[in-house]
Amino acid sequence: MDGGTEEHERLVASVEESTSRSLVPVPVVEPGPEQDEASVDGRRSDVDEWGRSQSMRALARRIYDPIYSKWFRVEWEGLENIPTEGGALLVANHAAAIPSDAPVIMHGIETELGRPVYGLADNFFKRVPVVGTLWSRLGGLPAHPDNAYRLLKEQGQLVLVFPEGSKGPAKPFNERYQLRRFGRGGFVEIAMQAGVPVVPIAVVGAEESMPTLFRLPHLASFIGAPYVPVTANMLALGPLGVATYFPAKFKLRVLEPVTFNVPPDQERYSRSRVMDWSEAIRDRIQNALYDMLRNRRSVWFG
Amino acid sequence: MSGTSRRVLVTGLGTFWGGRVAQTLEADPEVEVIVGLDTTEPTVELERTEYVRVDANYSILARIVRAAQIDTIIHTFLVVDPTQMSARAMHEINVIGTMNLFAAASAPASTVRNVVVKSSTIVYGCAASDPVWFKEDTPSSRPARRGVERNLEAVEGYVRDFAQDNPHVNVSMLRFANVIGAELETPLTRALELPLVPSLAGFDPRFQFVHEADVIRSILFVLDHNLAGVFNVAGDGLLPWSEVAQLCGKRTAPLPPIGTSLITGPLAQLGLVDLPEEYLQLLRFGRGVDNSRLKDFGFRYQYNSVQAVEAFIEAVRLRNTIGTGQPTYRYERDVEQFFRHSPAVIRD
Repeated sequence: MDGGTEEHERLVASVEESTSRSLVPVPVVEPGPEQDEASVDGRRSDVDEWGRSQSMRALARRIYDPIYSKWFRVEWEGLENIPTEGGALLVANHAAAIPSDAPVIMHGIETELGRPVYGLADNFFKRVPVVGTLWSRLGGLPAHPDNAYRLLKEQGQLVLVFPEGSKGPAKPFNERYQLRRFGRGGFVEIAMQAGVPVVPIAVVGAEESMPTLFRLPHLASFIGAPYVPVTANMLALGPLGVATYFPAKFKLRVLEPVTFNVPPDQERYSRSRVMDWSEAIRDRIQNALYDMLRNRRSVWFG
Repeated sequence: MSGTSRRVLVTGLGTFWGGRVAQTLEADPEVEVIVGLDTTEPTVELERTEYVRVDANYSILARIVRAAQIDTIIHTFLVVDPTQMSARAMHEINVIGTMNLFAAASAPASTVRNVVVKSSTIVYGCAASDPVWFKEDTPSSRPARRGVERNLEAVEGYVRDFAQDNPHVNVSMLRFANVIGAELETPLTRALELPLVPSLAGFDPRFQFVHEADVIRSILFVLDHNLAGVFNVAGDGLLPWSEVAQLCGKRTAPLPPIGTSLITGPLAQLGLVDLPEEYLQLLRFGRGVDNSRLKDFGFRYQYNSVQAVEAFIEAVRLRNTIGTGQPTYRYERDVEQFFRHSPAVIRD
């Protein structure tokens, strides 16, 4: 009882204080200490403060599932390497003119493990009308270190990044499965700051799903896109090929998580250490790719 | 207020911000003197605030600060709505005004010990490469190009310099998100009062709002707690622009996302839609700011973003039905002087 009256007195005091200060002639809304930020009533849509919509994510999963299981016939190995709780930074090789690996990884982990995966991508998408909005509703975010840190550290989520950036999907078909530079190692730094492991993933199949034959750099710089590809799909299927993948067999291998023995939340980490780790992780993915390709009998049947 | 009396200078007394802050301070017995500066007369009724008319860039400020032994400056006179005046006039008020204010505050033997500056989250800019939330120390994604952004950058530069040169002064700077409520008129509130709310086709960015009451409360909170540093002030939660329109009971009118200014230019000329470049960009990419810093010091918002929009639209509905309601206050110099200084008035 005592605690109750104390609570009551405190509440009365706070109300008095707030009314003596309130000038604007609108009713005072009592916030209430247990107010939950997520359950704001009066909302008209289910778009959360990140811009994602659970209903649209569910719809997209339903539409994408046949493509995942029937078209690409995705097979995973080493899924046990992905932590079942807490943040982790997933890092994979990036390929295909319109990257087919991102949705495969995100959908795969969500269906196999029941954990959402948030992909960080080049902010070019955000500038394209409709596409940018859809992308953000489905959980896509611009690749900004603050975004990654918040998801990994404060929310303990799985975050997917492609350190090659747009250099991966832009590379021509004759250089397939040759990893590009892993940026400037920013992904290692973020994982160190957030104190989470990096989980490397090797993806086989994406390169053949939409091979880039050559690029149109002038058009790309004209429209401000990172690259404009001419793909084998376009030549084979005409206009339909712009958005149709070849049914390449997808195989994914999740490698051992990499943990860093450094204190989190440091402003800067030793550059040489960051670059060494970045290079080591790139090597692991590259070697896993070589190993998987050695054992691949057919592009279409695996 | 930590047991000491205060002598406060409020800039921008004629605006919503300055007027409301001064009104609140009048209720506080520990505030001994309130001097309000502006180029225009106050629009709200004030009991004991002394109004001093100044020119736009406060050339007599140093004398006022010295004569009134001011110890606290609340600088609210910063224009962040570019539709109100020309870029040149805005520069004069924002940049030159702030410069003179801090020159006066840092004069030798200055009595100033607390400074609160109103800034805006516009200073973060708005670009595709922005983070989902800006923290107080996140740099903007690209250099400021437009009027207000550049003004605020210069202003914040003066504030930082002043804080660095005067470590004994508590300097705090509040960056307000889109302010909304019953009274304040901004390009966004004007857009939401149109029959069709302008939007950009294919874009539905997230918006964050802060209610007027929380704006005033946050200024006083910072003052009460002697906080120093930069703080974002924005309600919890972000909602897509289409939902903001829905909450207001409106439909959106999508403008073409390419060559938008070709459409908005003539519309502005006709006086129909007045969306400056800063706000068009906001309709494209939106902006979110992290409000946890001020909350960590114990500040509690009365309104989140949704509640702020609802309070706004309720006030609009009321206004549309019964008109402005309250009799409008007019400042009469002689009347105010009589009540403040005439020996005939009995004061306690």
